[in-house]
Amino acid sequence: MEAKNGRFGIHGGQYIPETLMNAVIELEKAYNHYKNDPEFQKELQDLFNDYAGRPSRLYYAAKMTADLGGAKIYLKREDLNHTGAHKINNVLGQALLAKKMGKTRLIAETGAGQHGVATATAAALMGMECVVFMGKEDTERQALNVYRMRLMGATVIPVTSGTATLKDAVSEAMREWTNRIEDTHYCLGSCMGPHPFPTIVRDFQSVISKEIKEQILEKEGRLPDAVIACVGGGSNAIGAFYNFIEDKEVRLIGCEAAGRGIDTFETAATINTGKLGIFHGMKSYFCQDEYGQIAPVYSISAGLDYPGIGPEHANLHDIGRAEYVPVTDEESVQAFEYLSRMEGIIPAIESAHALSYAMKLAPTMSKDQIIVVNISGRGDKDCAAIARYRGENIYD
Amino acid sequence: MTKLADAFKNGKAFVAFITCGDPTLENTAKIVREAVRAGADLIELGIPFSDPTAEGPVIQGANVRALAGGVTTDKIFDLVVDLRKDVKVPMLFMTYANVVFSYGIDRFCAKCAEVGINGMILPDVPFEEKEEFAPTCRKYDLDFVSLIAPTSADRIAKIAASAEGFVYCVSSLGVTGMRSNITTDIGAMVKLVREANPSIPCAIGFGISTPEQAAKMAKEADGVIVGSAIVNRVAEYGLDAAPVVYEYVKSMKDAIR
Repeated sequence: MEAKNGRFGIHGGQYIPETLMNAVIELEKAYNHYKNDPEFQKELQDLFNDYAGRPSRLYYAAKMTADLGGAKIYLKREDLNHTGAHKINNVLGQALLAKKMGKTRLIAETGAGQHGVATATAAALMGMECVVFMGKEDTERQALNVYRMRLMGATVIPVTSGTATLKDAVSEAMREWTNRIEDTHYCLGSCMGPHPFPTIVRDFQSVISKEIKEQILEKEGRLPDAVIACVGGGSNAIGAFYNFIEDKEVRLIGCEAAGRGIDTFETAATINTGKLGIFHGMKSYFCQDEYGQIAPVYSISAGLDYPGIGPEHANLHDIGRAEYVPVTDEESVQAFEYLSRMEGIIPAIESAHALSYAMKLAPTMSKDQIIVVNISGRGDKDCAAIARYRGENIYD
Repeated sequence: MTKLADAFKNGKAFVAFITCGDPTLENTAKIVREAVRAGADLIELGIPFSDPTAEGPVIQGANVRALAGGVTTDKIFDLVVDLRKDVKVPMLFMTYANVVFSYGIDRFCAKCAEVGINGMILPDVPFEEKEEFAPTCRKYDLDFVSLIAPTSADRIAKIAASAEGFVYCVSSLGVTGMRSNITTDIGAMVKLVREANPSIPCAIGFGISTPEQAAKMAKEADGVIVGSAIVNRVAEYGLDAAPVVYEYVKSMKDAIR
């Protein structure tokens, strides 16, 4: 489904200050030009393959499948990409686009630090200046990623406004963009924000579902019964879903961070607890109070700790094409530990949300059915925090 | 019936922005009355928002203090009812799209008209999204104020042509806040507005804090808008800010007369 006037159903749009309007119009024009430019596409494909290590593997998790005793489980190994997550797909695309547009400086927000690391990586590769905004709380939760960004030459600015997490990092990156537009591209990390960002990010991430489709057809000769991915803003999920949207027999399941539970205030499950609103440039669902004040959200996962969801997901929910289910901190930590022991793969705590739901779903399905779980990132970054969650005194 | 344009009928207008409920609504009421007594021609009342993406640190801080103090949209409507007992100058709201949208656009506009608000500024609603709000504003005789920025260029003509109340000319790139230097060619921006819409007043905001800046900007346009410099005084003097704001607004109004 393509956005019409920047809308997915009623969602999306361009709710941004006038100062930024010509910048997003210029970005849309440039993107519409380069997305059909064979030379740009070849350059991007070469970066995907030779630099990021694509295509990522589709791995049959035989032990996990046998243990759960139901549907066959395949893992899409986005964690094996360079920089350890799906974020690099979008960043290489946007950085290349920015470079073609004559921009010399990238700014970005980051939650867990994966998008910030990916942006710092692309900036180093392409010789661009890089500034990353990161909530102060997250710089403490993910100190190692802060070091990685600095190592590659990026400046990391801890954001202390608001709740000092991902949403505040987005706000601060937007403020910085209004301050310096001429030489700067805002490399937004998820399928959110004002049009055309949700479409651009979706397109660059859709390589995930393109590959899943080719790989599963080759291995199984048919499409999967369900594709499961975690959802914060929703970029790995929209990437994993996109090429299956027209294949109605494939269930698309997004797993939201329920934090301590959707019946508590300590949650980040937007579809399950939020309502329609306008924020960060888009109309979509947001966690908010009765007067439209954006709620402070919570999840053990810094990457899913966001009070909104991308507009294309909001529409997929409205039209009933995708399901969005809540997964708690405790459930995802159990899944994190389970995959580590069962398959020797340590997933990102974000991806563990998707895995947890797959563990519930698989036993209810028959052995000839297939589930694909998108392992959007690797979990090395989370080990110290999960150890602390389990009461061990480890710091990175 | 009061209209925003009335503020521009007695020479150059001074527009005072005040965040409601910083730190209390009683304090806001006192400050508004003192600003009007000092010569403010138009009062811009900020309804706080949790994540004000167009604001610099000064107004962000005011939003945090006001929300921490428990202010809500409904309590601000009550404040306006009280102010309208004696405040005759036009007043408008400055807030973010979600505050209006979540209240219900029609319900919000109806309430504005009922309590005596004359318009609104939503900095995260550009020309492209204006039709979601502007027709309802018109229905209740409220002006939906449009902004133009130093980056607007070829967009100025279409924005100005359908502008209502006045055009808010953003003086500089970036967010709200005091600046020692404004380098944009404001005269050229205002000229483009006037070519497209000869009758619409232009007020300049963002970065203006001193009487010298105000005097210079007032030469280029029909009025000046000052926010952070006032809010900064409220931050510093708190419940004792009203007389300080009076002296400040008087010095600014005198400078643009």
